[in-house]
Amino acid sequence: MTDERSAPSGAVLVVGGGISGLTAALEAAEVGQDVFLVEKNPSLGGRVAQLNQYFPKLCPPSCGLEINYQRIKNNRKIRVHTMTEVKSVSGGPGNYQVTLTVNPRYVNSNCTCCNACVDACQDEVDNPFNFGMDKVKAIRKPHEHAFPARYVLDKDACSSASLDAIVGACKYDAVELDMQAKEITVDVASIIWATGWNPYDPNNLENLKFNSSQAIISNMMMERLASVNGPTGGKILRPGDNAEPASFAFVQCAGSRDENHLEYCSYICCMASMKQINYIRAQYPEAPITVFYIDLRTPGKYEKFREKLMADENITWIKGKVADIVAENDGSVTLIAEDAVTGNKAQAKVDLAVLATGMQPAISDQAKALGLTTDDNNFVVSQEEGMISAGCAKKASDVVTCAQSATAAAMKAIQASRR
Amino acid sequence: MDKKYGVYICTGCGIGEALDVEGLSGIAEENGMPVKTHEAVCSEAGRQVIKDDMANDGVNIPVICACSPRVWKEEFNFGEGTITVRANLREGVVWSMEKPSEERSQEVINEFTNELAQDYMRMACTQAKKIDIPEASQQETTNRRILVMGGGIAGLTAAREAAKAGHDVLLVEKTDKLGGKALGWRKQLPTKAPWSSLEESSIQELVSAVETDSRITVKTGTEVARVAGAPGDFKITLKTTGTRTEWDAPFRVTVDEQDKIEKGEMEDPNQGFRPYTEGNPDAEVVGAVILATGWVPADVSEFEHLGHGKLANVVTNAEFEKLAKEGKVPANVAFIQSPGGEDNDKDFPYANSVTSMVALKQAGYVREDNPDGKAYILYQHMRTPGNMELFYKGAQNNDGIFMTKATVTGVEEEGGALVVKAKNTLLQEDLDLQVDMVVLGAGMRPTTADASTINLSYRQGPGFLDLELFDGYADSNFICFPYETRRTGVYTCGGVRKATDMVETIDDACGAALKAIQCIESSDRGVSVHPRSGDNSYPEFYFQRCTQCKRCTEECPFGALDDDEKGTPLPNPTRCRRCGTCMGACPERIISFKNYSIDMIGSMVKAVDVPDDDEDKLRIVAFVCENDAYPCIDMAAMRNVSLNSLVRIIPVRCLGSVNMVWIKDAMSSGMDGALLLGCKFGDDYQCHFVKGSEIADKRMANIGETLGSLGLEPERCAVRQVAITDYDKVSDVINEFIDEIMELGPNPFKGF
Repeated sequence: MTDERSAPSGAVLVVGGGISGLTAALEAAEVGQDVFLVEKNPSLGGRVAQLNQYFPKLCPPSCGLEINYQRIKNNRKIRVHTMTEVKSVSGGPGNYQVTLTVNPRYVNSNCTCCNACVDACQDEVDNPFNFGMDKVKAIRKPHEHAFPARYVLDKDACSSASLDAIVGACKYDAVELDMQAKEITVDVASIIWATGWNPYDPNNLENLKFNSSQAIISNMMMERLASVNGPTGGKILRPGDNAEPASFAFVQCAGSRDENHLEYCSYICCMASMKQINYIRAQYPEAPITVFYIDLRTPGKYEKFREKLMADENITWIKGKVADIVAENDGSVTLIAEDAVTGNKAQAKVDLAVLATGMQPAISDQAKALGLTTDDNNFVVSQEEGMISAGCAKKASDVVTCAQSATAAAMKAIQASRR
Repeated sequence: MDKKYGVYICTGCGIGEALDVEGLSGIAEENGMPVKTHEAVCSEAGRQVIKDDMANDGVNIPVICACSPRVWKEEFNFGEGTITVRANLREGVVWSMEKPSEERSQEVINEFTNELAQDYMRMACTQAKKIDIPEASQQETTNRRILVMGGGIAGLTAAREAAKAGHDVLLVEKTDKLGGKALGWRKQLPTKAPWSSLEESSIQELVSAVETDSRITVKTGTEVARVAGAPGDFKITLKTTGTRTEWDAPFRVTVDEQDKIEKGEMEDPNQGFRPYTEGNPDAEVVGAVILATGWVPADVSEFEHLGHGKLANVVTNAEFEKLAKEGKVPANVAFIQSPGGEDNDKDFPYANSVTSMVALKQAGYVREDNPDGKAYILYQHMRTPGNMELFYKGAQNNDGIFMTKATVTGVEEEGGALVVKAKNTLLQEDLDLQVDMVVLGAGMRPTTADASTINLSYRQGPGFLDLELFDGYADSNFICFPYETRRTGVYTCGGVRKATDMVETIDDACGAALKAIQCIESSDRGVSVHPRSGDNSYPEFYFQRCTQCKRCTEECPFGALDDDEKGTPLPNPTRCRRCGTCMGACPERIISFKNYSIDMIGSMVKAVDVPDDDEDKLRIVAFVCENDAYPCIDMAAMRNVSLNSLVRIIPVRCLGSVNMVWIKDAMSSGMDGALLLGCKFGDDYQCHFVKGSEIADKRMANIGETLGSLGLEPERCAVRQVAITDYDKVSDVINEFIDEIMELGPNPFKGF
């Protein structure tokens, strides 16, 4: 067991390395505080690293992530632990002892990212970065922009021949097949929980029949399809048959604003779908698009963004919740809803339907065991003295609001450290 | 500094196989630098070689010729007193090598590739010779007090949070008491789970917490006349609300206007004001400023069909709240959220989701005050994001609150009652609603929309620069970095940024307080804040050669430079973000950083070996923004995209820092073209220094003329916009430019 208890008192632990965790960690460290940033995945960036663009600027998230990574590289106050989870928390405000579990990456810090192991590896796995829409080698860099830039091995997915080949291919002794999980204990004054969100599982939405057709995808899958480093190199194609869709539909509130699923509004899905309509328009300038919605939540400065799309004559906006999706023999799907304004049945047969699935707090069941207070929907509620929530662990938010909330969390942490 | 060089060439990751390492070593030796090779310089053993040389031979400038400077940055940082120079042989040369084809054999490719690597060696050795270790520019004293302007929820929260972190706060409120708009609220929106019901207003608690906090000095009935100085040492002149004083912040006077004033062609708008650079001996001193001056109810008079100002009992939400606070509200009330009638389905100007929530809140008052009361909310889009959906649900369960999507076409008076006319409702019929009162969901107009508010006494004027772009909000263009303003040490929160609810306002204010503290700490350490956080380099000015052209003062995106009466720049080190735009602007080339100078980059350009007798071996220099375009090229290389081996890439802090003399250097040394790759500009700009790429584009348009006068085609120089994710396109962008150069043919002055 490694002990990092020599760290100066007043340190801050940030759990989660997505945009909120990165922001909280950097903002605290740039005040001068020691920070531990832990992330359970092999690289930082979280959900936003999977996004093609941000709304409303339609700019790439990796632009801001790159700056944040540079800030980490230039700041010796931050120690980053990837593949790391919080095992237990003891102590109290101003003086928490936190035990962290570092899971084995099977690739050590000798890794130069030369890629020789990937060529040697014979086994492939579903690519988690692309929601399984393509395959990747069992050893890989998680994606081009992964930080830390280090490979990770999915050891269980490999045959022993493949493992031998991988070890043999590495000139730098970077592959360590006998790497074990290890524990680290840190002493910190406060903990910022920036554990983020997961897309709501569309399989729970029985009427939308996610699994019945490849023409039904989630909005996060759409992000990957539109991304240059996605499964199709950025071309929006229907999974499975790679057909160019001639028509599209968006199903808003897929799980959100629904007592049987997520009772809250997921905040971002209206703008996210409108952003994705922009992706479609860049590739399919005239394809008909139907949007089924309850309300279009594009308030304030987002109204300008909506206004542009409302002028597009090939987009149909229907106020009505989708009741059913029927898979058709030609690979398309038919969406059925009641138009709440006319009272008529509305339907649209399209080649690709996007479910605007909502955000679910990622921490869920584990929260109580770690001593966190959560509300009925599993969002983490801050306690003034040192257990602080930030970003989408706190409430469903867009990126700007996450950055604000994470900066506010850093403030609370600084107060705890200076107390 | 006493420099001792050590060159370390890595042979790992394919470098040793692809390149003539001996030849590369020879270049280091020609430069008089000891050279070593290692199979993995980045490994612990590799780094130990460098550390040993540092310990034994006093090496303090290691030149690492290996991978991209973006990787292994921390590992190759050898601490104080050393400075690491990198040559990018891996991504920049080997991984992006051309593949053999019918047109180009492996042999030819090897020749071109080795020439590229050799040039990068020469450039790195030159950089090592020219670079110096920066010394932090220290202020004599750093004031840690924070000025908060505005005593509403945002300002009070910012003050309280800063005080809790141990900072003294000066809180200035222009009215005679603290509390702001919230003082007039009967109830407040929910701030915590279960988010379903209204809360008693917590404003009095917050006000007393602030008033009793010994760290906070409150000045009511007071306004800020001017903010002068810089982070760590702002000089704040206060004045009684509504008065005009000689210390009021002067209006902006452009360079052209100043000329006219001097020639007597224009009246000086600042007559009667103290000069903007004059120090007020009575000023309060603070380290950072938080602007939280909030909002005023937005005007609704343009929507004549809704009757406000004409019909009695048509009121705005702000007016209704006052009625509700003072007494009972009528029993039948309609709340109109969207004024566009059949033209559009937008909410009122300056509205946000908060106006939907306020309607729900106020509908609740109708029910509280009248057992049989009826509240009708007519909306186009009910906007209750996040947890506020639960509040909306609570209202839906209230028997007396009726809500529908509706196109409101007009409000009329009929027989003493008001009638609201609506179409396209969810009842599938048109409505004529008879009510006692109509409430319009008016927006919240930021105070920054109508006055400079922050009242800076800066060369570039008293207000924020991009207000128009954000409809008057003092907002940021950055999604990832929402606190960044173009005025270092000044942060904004609350209603000046966005119309929003209490929960988000409190977070926003808390975050602004953190940024203020962070800026003070960074100023104290003599280092930059975002985005070059922690950078201790600083531009130095060789004033003896300054011609007072004022380009640096005008172009600095952050207004860091003031000037004296003659126009000589007066630097404010703690306002500086170290982008180098001033360095790029200066025609006299008198502005440089110790570790990033006109001479350093110019010499690197001149270090490129330009063959003067081979038409196939054109040489193009590319100045590439290190924030986006350079990582983009790196990632292209990781994907094994071929990059043209005629191009010599030099990363720059920002395209704004590119001085046109470097282009001239390139052309006069016989290079055939110069390409600038940087961020998108325009309204949705992605430049981290806001204006860098745009300024570079303008400068390049002008250098085109200069080149023309030299007999060189202006097309030899160009700016291209590249996003960080354009790794599938960047190689083509470069190749297209080179094709254009090839058509022009070699630089005719080659070899002269």
